[in-house]
Amino acid sequence: MITVNNLTKTYPSGEGEVPALRGVDLTVATGEFVCIMGQSGSGKSTLLTILGGMCHPTAGTVEVDGTTLYGLDDDGLADFRARTFGFVFQSFHLVPYLTALENVMLPLAPLKLAAADKRRMATEALARVGLAGKESRLPSRLSGGEQERVAIARAVVNRPAILFADEPTGNLDSATSEQVMNLFAELHRAGQTIVMVTHNPDNGRYAQRTIRLKDGLVTR
Amino acid sequence: MKPHHIALKNLSRRPARMFFLTVALAVGLAAVVALVTLSNSMTADIEHTMDQFGANILITPKSNDLALSYGGISLGRVSFDQQELAPSVLERIRTIKNRQNIAVVAPKVLGAVTVQGTELLLVGVDFAAELRLKPWWRLTGTEPAAADDALLGSDAARSLGVKPGDRLTVAGRTFKLTAVLQETGSQDDSLLFVPLAAGQAITNKRDRITLIEVAALCSGCPISEMVAQIAGVLPDAKVSAIKQVVEGRLQTIGQLKRFSLGMGGVITLIGLLIVFITMMGSVNERKVEIGIFRAIGYRTGHVMGIILLEAGLVGLVAGLSGYGFGLGAAAVALPFLSSSDHPHLLLQWQVGLAAILSVILVSLLAAWYPARRAGKMDPADALRSL
Repeated sequence: MITVNNLTKTYPSGEGEVPALRGVDLTVATGEFVCIMGQSGSGKSTLLTILGGMCHPTAGTVEVDGTTLYGLDDDGLADFRARTFGFVFQSFHLVPYLTALENVMLPLAPLKLAAADKRRMATEALARVGLAGKESRLPSRLSGGEQERVAIARAVVNRPAILFADEPTGNLDSATSEQVMNLFAELHRAGQTIVMVTHNPDNGRYAQRTIRLKDGLVTR
Repeated sequence: MKPHHIALKNLSRRPARMFFLTVALAVGLAAVVALVTLSNSMTADIEHTMDQFGANILITPKSNDLALSYGGISLGRVSFDQQELAPSVLERIRTIKNRQNIAVVAPKVLGAVTVQGTELLLVGVDFAAELRLKPWWRLTGTEPAAADDALLGSDAARSLGVKPGDRLTVAGRTFKLTAVLQETGSQDDSLLFVPLAAGQAITNKRDRITLIEVAALCSGCPISEMVAQIAGVLPDAKVSAIKQVVEGRLQTIGQLKRFSLGMGGVITLIGLLIVFITMMGSVNERKVEIGIFRAIGYRTGHVMGIILLEAGLVGLVAGLSGYGFGLGAAAVALPFLSSSDHPHLLLQWQVGLAAILSVILVSLLAAWYPARRAGKMDPADALRSL
């Protein structure tokens, strides 16, 4: 469960400070699929990075399953991200010189697991997103939809408690977007907590709840 | 899959860049290794030559003498207090700290004798030591070995009209002339050499020694230091180094060594800069990739480990190849630079180890800041899409 209290974030600018979030309160229950929507500049991506333990807020707290996220030190936060979170990025962000399987194994690399177990987990994750048989392909030899699926497999390979997705269909055509969103829905049905940032209203229908942001504030 | 797999994969992704970085480091190292190996090899050659030159330390009794000679013309000497050395000094010489550097100790007793009406300078020697001390001696006949064997210089043999196998009577003692010394162009040509004990008896200097010549290997120990050590155990003797052209040569090589070290410093600095710039460029280029690593839970140490491993591997390959190239260059250049007829390339594992480790260390040092910067990178900043 995610609990956010009075979250603010300001960025320094030449003429002072620009507020990105201005006192956000929200909760995300375990197993919930939440969409965060809003126009460009509304603060939704900033909110996602803070929820994901990647950016310290200016004020406020984020608690995940009882752990105050930003009370952890740098390594503690990294370990928490490795154990608890999975991330799907808008531009896939696959490592170009690693195969699909190696990309999926990336979150497992620092973990003390047997090499065979890592390989098995990554192979299963790829199969789960429908990419069995394409393990040895480099990202450059995969379509946009396939790259997104590899990114999703990488995000879920360590069976995270919460999956964060930032505009996961932003670079995909509508048909592929639907396939990817069906994949998220399938993961959700399997019990996965998902927090997704999107500006596409069609994606909202896959979520249980939509949080709308405007000028750094939750509107509803 | 481990983080080091990422480092290896990344290195293989940019083979050209890593190749040129490795070559740049290897060339720099090769230059330093070549210079150091050349200077060490030339020093070893000089030291070897020095051994062949014979004695380089002369031990004589302390006396208030004033030599009356100039340019090889001797007009005798004014002696106020002539003394001799006791045989015990031979044992004391062997007690100095650098005794392992002493190659030969050759005691001598000197005295004037008359043989067949001709005045000669008789030198009582330890033939075994003397023949080791003067490897350039060429004998006609057989080496003296027995207590009544004698050796005669070429000029002296000509004056006396004797040949190997003849017998000589000196102060009532009969010696067998086993060999005649082929012309050396030195004072040895006019001398009569007999065993030390016989010489002491003839010159009435029983248990006395006139002078001692010492051949010392100077590797790792300056002759001046050994002179000081011998003087320390022989307070009643005058110990002096025979300084020859070798000293000048050693000075020249010393300058070459200093130049090598200076050049090594400059090359190290250049190497640091090359690795630093390359690794900084690599980190900036891989910002998104590093952002992903950080976002999915890689600690600062994991990311730093990847970058430092890449730099260390480049350093290792550069170290191995640079050392090999450096040795090759030294082997090619040595015959042209060494004054020795048979220059010998000195292979020292310490130089190899130091060279390889220093390149690895330089690579790691230069990559430390870029690696730390990567490790501390904020994932949200790195991944601009978020």
